[in-house]
Amino acid sequence: MPHVAFTSQLQRFTQTPAFHTSAATLREALEEAFERNPRLRHYVLDEQGHLRQHVVVFIGARRAVDRVALTDPLAPGDEVHVLQALTGG
Amino acid sequence: MNDRAWVATRKGLIELRRRAGAWQVARASFVGDPVSMVLPPDAGGRMFAALNLGHFGVKMHRSDDAGETWQEVAAPAFPPQPEGAPGPAWKVSMVWAMERAGRDLCAGTLPGGLFRSTDGAGSWQLDEALWNRPERPAWNGGGYDVPGIHSISALADGTMLVGVSCGGAWVTRDAGASWAQTAHGMRAEYMPPDQAFDPGIQDPHAIVRCAAQPDVLWCQHHNGIFRSTNGGAWWTELHAPLSSFGFAVAAHPVDPQTAWFVPAVKDQCRVPVERALAVNRTRDGGATFETLRAGLPQQDCYDLVYRHSLAVADDGSTLMMGSTTGGVWASGDAGDHWTALEARLPPIHAVRFG
Repeated sequence: MPHVAFTSQLQRFTQTPAFHTSAATLREALEEAFERNPRLRHYVLDEQGHLRQHVVVFIGARRAVDRVALTDPLAPGDEVHVLQALTGG
Repeated sequence: MNDRAWVATRKGLIELRRRAGAWQVARASFVGDPVSMVLPPDAGGRMFAALNLGHFGVKMHRSDDAGETWQEVAAPAFPPQPEGAPGPAWKVSMVWAMERAGRDLCAGTLPGGLFRSTDGAGSWQLDEALWNRPERPAWNGGGYDVPGIHSISALADGTMLVGVSCGGAWVTRDAGASWAQTAHGMRAEYMPPDQAFDPGIQDPHAIVRCAAQPDVLWCQHHNGIFRSTNGGAWWTELHAPLSSFGFAVAAHPVDPQTAWFVPAVKDQCRVPVERALAVNRTRDGGATFETLRAGLPQQDCYDLVYRHSLAVADDGSTLMMGSTTGGVWASGDAGDHWTALEARLPPIHAVRFG
């Protein structure tokens, strides 16, 4: 199963425990995270539901490319890392 | 309250207290995080701080004990953006202004949204009448990629005036149901000559109101200083010594003839004139100005006082200003003499008493 983890920087603001998921896409995985902690949504996504400008997601070794609909597929065994992008300072 | 001030900075919110005539740091909150605006406590101790986290977006925090403890509350956010909507993306990138309007809370944002909360930032509603004005998509960024509302001035009768960089000034007299442009008389020298007086392209850096005589408004504009004596219906250009370029303006709370400005060289050189910090004060409605320097650095000074970073307290004589390089100076005699805060602070976004 894919495994989702968040940057430790987010833990300054809200709870972000890592979890395993059966989600097939990045959107599904993040929605599962937001069900666990609704406050997390607006730290990761903006009000249009897009990935925030200075948040980056890696799925294994590749960077998620669909920052709007978040349709990047997940495969069993994928490690999903939600990180702060260095563009944000 | 004339003996407490709040300094919103690039790296936290600093509370200052005046004890035995001297200002000192009393507390720091949100250390390390950018605080774009602060709204000082009301009589019950409720206050707000808007954060602009570099990676994780705009956040709003509320305190019910005058800054001792904080909790995160809802931040202003746009509704879903219709496909093909003109203008910038419907995404709040900064809270630039916060004021009370009666029992409501109002926030001005980049990109040009005016939001109102009736429940202490439990939720926010976009002022759709202003947002849906046909002129709004043509507003330009002024110092930022997108336009923004930086000045909000509300009266008890439902009148509210907002300043937009760059979209002029707008007024509602029916609590936000309808809006009208109210920057007539302002002049934009950065535009082609035949468009210089177009109210919709004006860049008011800050607009403030005399509390006791609310028809009197002062504006530090991108290329000049303007004053209105009829609630913004018409603006008259004034000419200050050193330079009419700057960001900050403070209006005396009682005397409609008195206001303070902090000049800088020009838009292409945002430093004090001859690198000597000065404050321009008028006491006759802008007919003449005095340039005040006592206690301010007079050489090798690069401090710029940004639009929300010059404040006057309710007593009309206590002043404070903070700079983009973290300098803070206070005056207890209406600007005649200034004293520097000993602490070195981060770049300062806003200074407010209360």
